[in-house]
Amino acid sequence: MSISLNGSVGRGDFERSFNFTIADGEVLAITGPNGSGKSTVIHTIAGLVPLRSGHVESDGAMWDAPDSKQWVAPENRTCAVVFQDLRLFPHMNVMSNVAYGLRARGVNKDEAIERSQKMLTRVGLTSFDKRLPSDLSGGERQRVALARALVLEPRVLLLDEPLSAVDSASRAALRELLPEVLGSFAGATILVTHDLGDVEAMATANLSLN
Amino acid sequence: MTPQRVSPSLKVIAFVAAIFVALPLLSIFVRVPWSDLGDMLSQASTRDALLISLQTSIIAAVISCFFGVPLAWLLARSESRGLSALRVVCITPMVLPPVVGGIALLTAFGRQGIVGQYLYNWFNISLPFTRTAVVMAQVFVAMPFLVLAVEAAFRQSDRGLEDAARTMGASPSRVFFTIAIPAARPAIIAGLALAWARSLGEFGASITFAGSFPGRTQTLPMAVYELVSVDYRLSLVLSLVLIFISVAVLAAMRDRWMAGR
Repeated sequence: MSISLNGSVGRGDFERSFNFTIADGEVLAITGPNGSGKSTVIHTIAGLVPLRSGHVESDGAMWDAPDSKQWVAPENRTCAVVFQDLRLFPHMNVMSNVAYGLRARGVNKDEAIERSQKMLTRVGLTSFDKRLPSDLSGGERQRVALARALVLEPRVLLLDEPLSAVDSASRAALRELLPEVLGSFAGATILVTHDLGDVEAMATANLSLN
Repeated sequence: MTPQRVSPSLKVIAFVAAIFVALPLLSIFVRVPWSDLGDMLSQASTRDALLISLQTSIIAAVISCFFGVPLAWLLARSESRGLSALRVVCITPMVLPPVVGGIALLTAFGRQGIVGQYLYNWFNISLPFTRTAVVMAQVFVAMPFLVLAVEAAFRQSDRGLEDAARTMGASPSRVFFTIAIPAARPAIIAGLALAWARSLGEFGASITFAGSFPGRTQTLPMAVYELVSVDYRLSLVLSLVLIFISVAVLAAMRDRWMAGR
């Protein structure tokens, strides 16, 4: 089981070639300066930006192959994203944010709540269910975003600068939590970061775009 | 002392503009036969016109919302060609003389109309000069106001949230109902109020397509128009009712339309 990208990604005038395969249990860090295409890789694999050429393949299923006009919509890809700007739904409380994806994928309400509750406990957020994202600290919001992705039990986890939006105190706590969470995550992970400390703490391989 | 920001001459011009709008409205308050107000409002013809107005305008606002919100979403999010032409067509009733709208509705849905002839010949349905026609005329002129207000809100709302929902497994229609609609809710409520107020005041398209039959299709604005030459005092009372409703809508929407004050 793996995810691979062989081809070029880009928006507008920007284009960059990639060629990698990540197996289950591996964490590929993609590092590089701003504008080097790190986030575009994540958006392309998630299906939010079309691939320019080549293909994205997961477990033998073609997700995106422009030449043969194959395309799987974002909602049908077995991946989950933690966005750099988190993108928590501001009108939903913590529980609804975390349970949203499960409900969208047809899990019944009781089970969705139970699984979300367990995941929130795992990321250290018990009794936060009813709070709105606007009532949380940066670190707490980051944990909600992580719980929201992990609860879907994706085959591929896409983390876009997961520690960039938090203060230094939360950052230290999340640096402990993230490797622990990733250690027990069965699928493949792509970690986009510009911090080499993140790479050392979590990655099994590094792709530098310098 | 704070420095003068508006020169005295501009103040005079602004004052003239404000008076020009306020004076006619105030005149109605001055001339309304306040002592007979209760009796006049309880007259059967007045009550009928008021009830027809309320009934048709509420139905028209709801229909405008039901069809207008998805139309606004399409205009804001679809990348298909020809959308700008569709937008122009959809908002044309805002600038069209309402009476022309009435003629257009007759041409489409009248008994001889391009659609209406089949409705009549095949199903024996005749739309003109019915209460349904009143509602249709109101939707025709009012829906564009809602569509424009809601489309602007959809354009400003965060597409990143919609993308996030997609990656979590939400279909485009689930994204629409659970992410886009809640984000645009203030604009939808404002659009609904605008569409309702516009429907309530509708006159030209309705009288052309639905006629002014007391107890059947005659709304408050039609009653006011017909009473001017017959019973001026009663037309003043009905005008007062319409002013009252308009001001109430403005007051309810003041946070949105009078932001910054």
